[in-house]
Amino acid sequence: MPDALGAVNEEAVRNRERGSKRLKDYLSAVGGLVWKDLAAELRSRELLGAMLVFALLVILIFNFALELQVATRKAITSGVLWTTFAFAGTLGLNRSMGMERERGCLDALLLAPVDRSAIYFGKALANLVFLLLVAVIVLPVYSALYGVSLFNAGLVGVIVLGVVGYVAVGTLLSAMSVQTRTRDILLPILLFPVVLPVLVAAVKASNGFLQGWDMAEIMPWINLLLVYDVIFVAVSFMSFEYIVQE
Amino acid sequence: MEGTPRALKWLSAVTGVLFLIALGMVLFYAPEEAVMGNVQRVFYFHVAAGWVGGLAFLVTALAGIAFLARRDPKWDRVAQASVEVGIVFTFINIVSGSIWARPIWNTWWTWDPRLVTATVMELIYLAYVMLRQGIEDPERRARFGSVYGIVGFISVPITFLSIRLLRTIHPVVIGSNDPSAQGAFDMTPAMLQTFMFSLLTFTFVYATLLWHRLRLQNLMERVEQMKMKVFAS
Repeated sequence: MPDALGAVNEEAVRNRERGSKRLKDYLSAVGGLVWKDLAAELRSRELLGAMLVFALLVILIFNFALELQVATRKAITSGVLWTTFAFAGTLGLNRSMGMERERGCLDALLLAPVDRSAIYFGKALANLVFLLLVAVIVLPVYSALYGVSLFNAGLVGVIVLGVVGYVAVGTLLSAMSVQTRTRDILLPILLFPVVLPVLVAAVKASNGFLQGWDMAEIMPWINLLLVYDVIFVAVSFMSFEYIVQE
Repeated sequence: MEGTPRALKWLSAVTGVLFLIALGMVLFYAPEEAVMGNVQRVFYFHVAAGWVGGLAFLVTALAGIAFLARRDPKWDRVAQASVEVGIVFTFINIVSGSIWARPIWNTWWTWDPRLVTATVMELIYLAYVMLRQGIEDPERRARFGSVYGIVGFISVPITFLSIRLLRTIHPVVIGSNDPSAQGAFDMTPAMLQTFMFSLLTFTFVYATLLWHRLRLQNLMERVEQMKMKVFAS
């Protein structure tokens, strides 16, 4: 009997070891993919630069279109910020997936002996880093330009949550749109209606923090953001393999 | 080439009769609503059209799942046909609501959450159609369509939930009674009967249109194959 038990135990330990090794392999594959995108960006500097200049241009256009005066500024800051992120985001998503497509990298990635979902997470994390970097630069610039302090822990939290949801579904849909005839034009059309609930919740929650609402008023929006993040990550990660298989 | 299947002919005829009866019930059987008057009669077909829109998009999502699991092109044809019917009925739903809102809310349109989500739903499925138009390879078109049909369907429950989660002026006639809603009313038995009959009728209309659309799609593919054969020989 002790022998049998020992064998079972050994089996369990071996299984666990195999499991942790597989997890390690998976994470290193995801890490490798993120690193690949970051290294490529570090050398070419075409994606982040374009996103940033575009983001600043959007803010500039808003400045003239809405005449961001002191009185109205406070109420519409969160709307301007999220519109900027959403527009700059489609630019980045299109470019990041288009790069894979143009140079035939996607086919090479698919040949690699890694799970398809690892490719999804790698791309999504890289996109997340790019969009958060845009936010990191846009926030202080906006603060300086308009004299509104955006250094608010709650706002930063909301931006992270909102960007996660946006990138989760955006990565999936950009993988789809680059494989169509209309390409770049199609992504915003596919993405915006689907991601709208995330944007609405993010705008409301950001506005709440900037205007100093009660937490009880902000929480429903944050919960909504959390729910969407979970749903979008889960759905995108499960359906990604159907988008990239050839 | 075979003609219209017998069952489809019967279904079309039954649907036609049901529709005439439903129209009669809405115009003559249902009593006039005390506060809103005759414009309230829009309600029966408005809700029924909304129901068909939701049902059609549900069918698309389910057919998408079935396609990804089985890889049978038949499911993709169902998904596509259902989206087209759904778009038309959601449009009817929005326009009829707008006609009702003009006298009751005193505006054609308001940025109410319920109205916004219905519009977003319509936009998602217009995007679905555009996505399909952008892809030539039929196998890939089916795969992408299925995935987008599933992702997009996440927005449909929100449409139905938003009326209960967010502050809205859109009335909820069935279920709860929100005092902030403008234009809510209680149904008399005759109204309820008319309403239920309209739902049934519109479900029949959906089934009939879906079947006709599927048949058209099959015939189009047959023509395509025959053309190929002629060019090949």
